[in-house]
Amino acid sequence: MIAEAGLAALWLAAAMALLQFIGGLTLLRSGAGQLIPLIKPAAYMQGALCAFAFFALMWLFYVTDLSVLLVASNSHIDKPMIFKLAGTWGNHEGSMLLWVAVLSASGAAIALLEKRVEAKTLYATLAVQAFIALGFFAFLLFASNPFERLVPAPLEGAGLNPLLQDVGLAFHPPTLYIGYVGLSVAFSFALGALLTNQVGPAFARAMRPWVLAAWIFLTIGIAAGSYWAYYELGWGGWWFWDPVENASLLPWLAATALLHSVSVLATRNALRAWTIMLALVAFAMSMAGTFLVRSGILTSVHAFAVDPERGAFILALMLMYTGLAFVIFALRIGTVKQGEPFQLISREGGIVANNIFLSVILAVVLIGTLYPLAAEAMGDKISVGPPYFNKATVPIMVLLMLALLIGPMLRWRRDDIMRIKYWLIGAAAILLCSGIAVWKLAPDIGIFPLLGIALSLALAVAAWLPLRGRKLLRTPLPVFGMVIAHFGIAVSVFGMAAESGFSKETLTALAPGESAEVSGWKVTLGDIKPVVGDNWVAVEGEMVAGKNGDTFVLRPQSRQFFKPEMQTSEAALLTRWNGQLYAVIAQPDQEGDGRWQVRLWWKPFVTFIWYGGVLIALGGTISLFGRMFRRAKKPAINKWERA
Amino acid sequence: MNRPWLLWIPLAVVAFIGGLAIYGLAVPKDDQVHSAMIGKKLPEFALPAATAGVPALSNTDMADGKPRLLNIFASWCLPCKAEAPHLEALKSAGVEIDAIAIRDKPEDVAAFLAEFGNPFRRIGSDSELAVQLKLGSSGVPETYVIGGDGTILFQHIGDIRAEHVPMLIEKVNAAK
Repeated sequence: MIAEAGLAALWLAAAMALLQFIGGLTLLRSGAGQLIPLIKPAAYMQGALCAFAFFALMWLFYVTDLSVLLVASNSHIDKPMIFKLAGTWGNHEGSMLLWVAVLSASGAAIALLEKRVEAKTLYATLAVQAFIALGFFAFLLFASNPFERLVPAPLEGAGLNPLLQDVGLAFHPPTLYIGYVGLSVAFSFALGALLTNQVGPAFARAMRPWVLAAWIFLTIGIAAGSYWAYYELGWGGWWFWDPVENASLLPWLAATALLHSVSVLATRNALRAWTIMLALVAFAMSMAGTFLVRSGILTSVHAFAVDPERGAFILALMLMYTGLAFVIFALRIGTVKQGEPFQLISREGGIVANNIFLSVILAVVLIGTLYPLAAEAMGDKISVGPPYFNKATVPIMVLLMLALLIGPMLRWRRDDIMRIKYWLIGAAAILLCSGIAVWKLAPDIGIFPLLGIALSLALAVAAWLPLRGRKLLRTPLPVFGMVIAHFGIAVSVFGMAAESGFSKETLTALAPGESAEVSGWKVTLGDIKPVVGDNWVAVEGEMVAGKNGDTFVLRPQSRQFFKPEMQTSEAALLTRWNGQLYAVIAQPDQEGDGRWQVRLWWKPFVTFIWYGGVLIALGGTISLFGRMFRRAKKPAINKWERA
Repeated sequence: MNRPWLLWIPLAVVAFIGGLAIYGLAVPKDDQVHSAMIGKKLPEFALPAATAGVPALSNTDMADGKPRLLNIFASWCLPCKAEAPHLEALKSAGVEIDAIAIRDKPEDVAAFLAEFGNPFRRIGSDSELAVQLKLGSSGVPETYVIGGDGTILFQHIGDIRAEHVPMLIEKVNAAK
């Protein structure tokens, strides 16, 4: 019954989306307004019906209703409750339902909350949002029905990919999805403003919180995914330039650029066409990301739910939306007037530098990700990996960091570089001193880790400077947000540079009682014993790690899951303030002499990578609250706003 | 805007990427790993005998004009035990097989052969993995088809199953 009700709700929601779309379309085409009173209620209903459908599916997973195909093939009666619930979106159909639910909920939220743009622009935006929703409704109802029944019902269910049975991962995909879908709102706003000639500060202010919210979720999603890969896959790395990782990075890069350019548009009414372009690119990248994950077109460790036919469906949707959007862009952007002028040395100039560098990184990552496909079309087989991506992106990141040392200190419109000469000298001194210190300490760590450490130290200071000379209590929250996010970049880059420059690794085979050493840690293998979990058994090695008289116990496992059968390695991590000891135990050594393969890493300051990510997301959140708070208090445009 | 055609570039990029993606979906995926060593001569090596009673193996032993298989195995490897009967089947079909034992001890190899039979003409012992790496092999078991002049013609990764036997016989015969 619940399943049928969920399906009916989806059909009704699709009908609402159609109504919402037609209402907006007739208004735009002929100015006919008869359907206007229905547009907003249709958006609310669509949001409510999709929420109902999503919670209906969650309920089916909660009670493990095995007569529903999706539950039977992705859940199991013995699975822990948290993973049963996470199973709602831990599969193709459920995750697409989540996508549609978030899309509809944001449509409803725009209809309810948005008061700053003109009514016509708002309706155009809602029409675009409904148009996107219609495509995904069609996809759900015709190609991925989550509520399909299974007759006869099985007794216990098939289970969920064990790699995915992890609390962190239960929340990684939905976080990314919310970010992806949030960018659809920016896309709709951009097209809405373009179609109604309203590209200007008011539109930018309306769009900004959505971009910010989507960006926060993407940041958290990427950071969480990276940490998951780091401890769950047991390879000791935290970023692999895997196609699916890139698929989440591409929208983030576009959204980061958009976040900055939209600020210029909102504050200074410049970069108009460019901001529209970025808004379209950001959502195009989100859809490309969904397509890459769902189609399995590129070989990836993440290809969890691969299906070429569904891939074709998503591809068609993606090409239709981005194609139409760029046609509208090409036809209409001529009507967008030139924005306010500014000089090269100005806050705008700094943000343009940020946008250029981020766009180049985006292009480099996009080319690297798609290159194997292009090569295959030419009859060549190639895989593009870290050597390309690191070499091609890291130098641009260095430039980006340099711009970040200066940009936030500059004034809007025009500034004199001599005004900040003391800071420039200070930054050069920090760079030089820390660079020389690192080089003396470790002459062979390589130029980029060295630069990364020096730049992150300089940025750790520079990030706070925009607060100088301000009365802290009267400083707008978005300024604090910016400062904290930029400081987070410094923290994260410091972690990346330290990890890549100073990591130490030992690969050895130990019998119980033997020990190995890595970077001053003495690690002794104790007992090996079997351990049993809810749906797995494992061998667990007890290791005692000691350094400077302190001892700690680590328990890495090699796990065997039953449903479905699969082996995973659970790394054991010992976190100290200055790094992590990372231990992995594998199967018994091949020669059968009672020794076990053990892999140990000491990764200095590796945790800073994710602390930085948390700070970046926190900065975004503070900024978002500031915008929402100020919006309620002071809706009028403030010309002298500095943030 | 002075150059209106510039505005259509984003659309062109979308079309190009779309074309690539359509191609990627339409053409079935080839997940076979194609070794860069195919078509090249065997690297030079001279391995000691892996166990008493079976002769040692060098690259010149395999360039005697007769095509054959080169099996990379180890006594400690489970799939190697599973593929043993299929190697026997290949031998009885008239295919000559040489082998390289990886990180093995003579007594273990002898015990392996005693238990699973010996389909091999010669077995070299590669205790340092030096030859395995030169061959571009990354694990056990793997099987190469080697031409009569010592050229690497084909690489099969993983254990040989019943369905692979006719294919390997055909490849060896085709090289004659």
